[in-house]
Amino acid sequence: MIELDHVSRRFGEQLAVDDVSFAVERGTITVIVGTSGSGKSTTLRMINRLIEPTSGTITIDGKDTTAVSGEELRRGIGYVIQGNGLFPHWTVARNIATVPTLLGWDSAKIARRVDELLALFSMKPEDFREKFPHQLSGGEQQRVGVARALAAEPGLLLMDEPFGALDPIIRAKAQEDLLAVQRRLGITVVLVTHDMEEAIHLGDRIAVMDGGKLLQYAPPAEILAKPAPGFVAKLVDGADRPFRLLSLAPVSSIVEPGTAEGPPILETATLRDALSELLWHRRDALPVTAADGSTRGKISLSNLVAHAGGAA
Amino acid sequence: MSRLIGPAARLSALALLLALVLRPDWFEPILKPFTENNAPAIYTQSSLLSLTLAHLGLVAVASVIGTALALVMGVFVTRPMGAEFLPLSRSLVNIGQTFPPVAVLALAVPVVGFGLKPTLIALVLYGLLPIFENTITGLKEVPENVVEAARGMGLSPQQQLFRVELPLALPVILAGIRLSVVINMGTATIGSTVAAKGLGEVIIAGLLTSNTAFILQGGIIVALLAVLLYDALSILENRIAKRTGRLAEVAG
Amino acid sequence: MTDASQTAAAPVPLSARLDRVGVVVALIAIVGMDWQPFATLKPNRLVSGQGLGLGSALPTFWAAIGIGILSLATILAVLRTGARLRLATGIVSLLMLALLIGLVPAHVVPPDNSFARVSPGAGFWLMALAFAVLTTDAIAKLKLGPLARLLLLAAAIAATALILGSGHWDGLSILKEYATNADKFWREGRQHILLAVASLAAAIVVGLPLGIACHRHATLRGVTLPVLNIIQTVPSMAMYGLMIVPLGLFAASFPIAAQLGIRGIGTAPALIALFLYSLLPVVANTVVGLAEVRRSVVEAAEGMGMTKHQRLMQVELPLALPVILTGIRIVLVQNIGLVTIAALIGGGGFGTFVFQGIGQAATDLVLLGAVPTIALAFTAAVLLDAVIELTERRRL
Repeated sequence: MIELDHVSRRFGEQLAVDDVSFAVERGTITVIVGTSGSGKSTTLRMINRLIEPTSGTITIDGKDTTAVSGEELRRGIGYVIQGNGLFPHWTVARNIATVPTLLGWDSAKIARRVDELLALFSMKPEDFREKFPHQLSGGEQQRVGVARALAAEPGLLLMDEPFGALDPIIRAKAQEDLLAVQRRLGITVVLVTHDMEEAIHLGDRIAVMDGGKLLQYAPPAEILAKPAPGFVAKLVDGADRPFRLLSLAPVSSIVEPGTAEGPPILETATLRDALSELLWHRRDALPVTAADGSTRGKISLSNLVAHAGGAA
Repeated sequence: MSRLIGPAARLSALALLLALVLRPDWFEPILKPFTENNAPAIYTQSSLLSLTLAHLGLVAVASVIGTALALVMGVFVTRPMGAEFLPLSRSLVNIGQTFPPVAVLALAVPVVGFGLKPTLIALVLYGLLPIFENTITGLKEVPENVVEAARGMGLSPQQQLFRVELPLALPVILAGIRLSVVINMGTATIGSTVAAKGLGEVIIAGLLTSNTAFILQGGIIVALLAVLLYDALSILENRIAKRTGRLAEVAG
Repeated sequence: MTDASQTAAAPVPLSARLDRVGVVVALIAIVGMDWQPFATLKPNRLVSGQGLGLGSALPTFWAAIGIGILSLATILAVLRTGARLRLATGIVSLLMLALLIGLVPAHVVPPDNSFARVSPGAGFWLMALAFAVLTTDAIAKLKLGPLARLLLLAAAIAATALILGSGHWDGLSILKEYATNADKFWREGRQHILLAVASLAAAIVVGLPLGIACHRHATLRGVTLPVLNIIQTVPSMAMYGLMIVPLGLFAASFPIAAQLGIRGIGTAPALIALFLYSLLPVVANTVVGLAEVRRSVVEAAEGMGMTKHQRLMQVELPLALPVILTGIRIVLVQNIGLVTIAALIGGGGFGTFVFQGIGQAATDLVLLGAVPTIALAFTAAVLLDAVIELTERRRL
């Protein structure tokens, strides 16, 4: 668990981060979202002390981050930035091995770890180990960047606009990869983005920042349904708000008993996908199935619509 | 490197230079301790003013000729007609710049004899290299879409060159000229060893007669002259670069 | 690259079958072969001599072979041919010229005459220039990689050494000049290289940390770079001259310094002047190289917990290396040239022969100093260019 307690940061005259407090649960993804200059990156960088807070304390699992040196702290925390920051003069393997090497792991263990991580990100170790970053595609570079950050098995991963430089298709894939890896390893992730869509998609909780202040810290559904008045409301306001809300819950959450005609929908699909299918096939209800093909019930348009509205 | 020196330093350097050249006798008390056996402290073989003018004249003539040649060649190899010469030109410029100026000077002597001629040849040949190089770089760096736009608006190749490409390449070309002038100042000084009239004469005279006062006198004048000239050209270059809206990245 | 005239109908016009660079090469070669003396014969070292054409300078057999091969090469140069063939043509022609010029002395000087001097004439130099241009053009068009270029350089050095070692050129006046100066030649050569390399080494030792400090502190950078720029602007002869004064005073006030060989003239002022000239390229390129390392890469290094020192040694300096090496290349080539002038203040080096030669109006002596200087500078340039390219290979 990470706790920020009344943390502020001043750059000269300017208060970049203004008295921010929040806590991040172990094993969850927290997304800090805001426009540029909102203080979101500064907040993230104070967690691994790339920037020192002017006042306030930050603890990780109850330990004050200032208890150890900045370098030692950072070696225990994964860090991914926009444009990946891979070292162009090192091979993929050596890039991934950066922190384990700094920590003094023996070479056999490092080699094993490199292969393990490459496999985790579906890159064949024997094909990719000896490649240089410029020989990789944008998506591969991004994956190596995340693999590098995870190399020393950190419990916490900090990501600063990690998908900012990717084109939309690769970006969607990278987001799915991140979700899968996070679930599998159970790590804690704090991610910064300016993209509300991305925040809603990835975050277990979202922290909205503006002008250095934390405006709202809540699960995505709550941000959408009950946004704090002012900036947050304006941010989530828009024609597609109902669809965003629907995209947060799986079909299984509102499945009803009974049967219906038409092409079946997987229970793990989002409500947004279900709505799309219902509209497209001009039906009031469609059958719901599990991954193994067994029928679970049906989903109806009326029930779905009831879940798509904000606070009444 | 917009300005080498501040305005105050620039003015004092200029004042010192003028005093050294026009009123050398003022400095006799300072220079006297550097002489031995009652040797003269001030160079009087020729007037320092005439040597300075000869020196500057030589550099000016060489730089004008060198610039003209380099510009014509640079434009030629970047046109479709001269494109075949482009890789060769780049290599030759590269190789040419490994030739030490003094070697060019010394090798010109057997061909044309002593005096002004070998010095002028060395200055022109060696000085045109940086201008040629920067002309090519400057013209090649003009953004393709700007030239394309000019073509699209119906400018003839000449109009494209004179109204679009050369003005945009000007800051880089000027940086080359500045570099060339500085090199020429140095080579002209060495020219005195092959009997070209110039300020090197004072230094050589000092070296030959072990008269440190002469060496100091000549050395300081040449150094001040070179630095002030370089500075003046930098200022000019900056003015023009600001007008064209971009700064020369290829610095000297 | 397409010729406008090439779109015309059937028979390809002559202009499209001709290589433009080749035409220039051929013009120079033809002027050299037909209108200028191939060699010059002088009764002794100092008087001016008489020019000899290819026909009269060589035995008939060799003259015929020479004219045949060089004419063929000229024709090949003019025609639009592949770059590899052009490279071969250029190299063969240069070797041919090297072979021919060595045959002249034995043919035109009676064996018992030890005063007469034979040197390459304008025709030889023009043809050498023409075929050197052809070779250079072919190398440029082939876009040879760094290793291939190093190989060519090694081959050129080996060929020159072989010819010199075989004694084939011993009859030429420049080598006669060498023979009378052999000891001094190697001594001055060592001194030349020592001055150039020692000043460079000192500049790296001082300039690299200074450059790193300038990269980190804008104020220091704002002071250092303009000062170094001013130093670089001072003409070399003035610089060498101005070094004499403080060092002379230093030696006069500290006799122990004088005993150590520090004097107003000689090696010490030359070394210091060269060192001062060398600083700007090293410092400026270190600053530029470090500034060009991408922000995200440095930040990633910091974010992963590298210390400042680890970042510098493992990430920043390796990435800045090609730019820093470019500065070192500039310095080395520049120094090899500037050392020549150090001879004026008793610093030694090949410049000694150049200025002695100028003083005695002895061209051969000038060449004995100038040719090795140019060869050294050229070798250093090719060598370092290749090294720089090798270090650049893995960049994003």
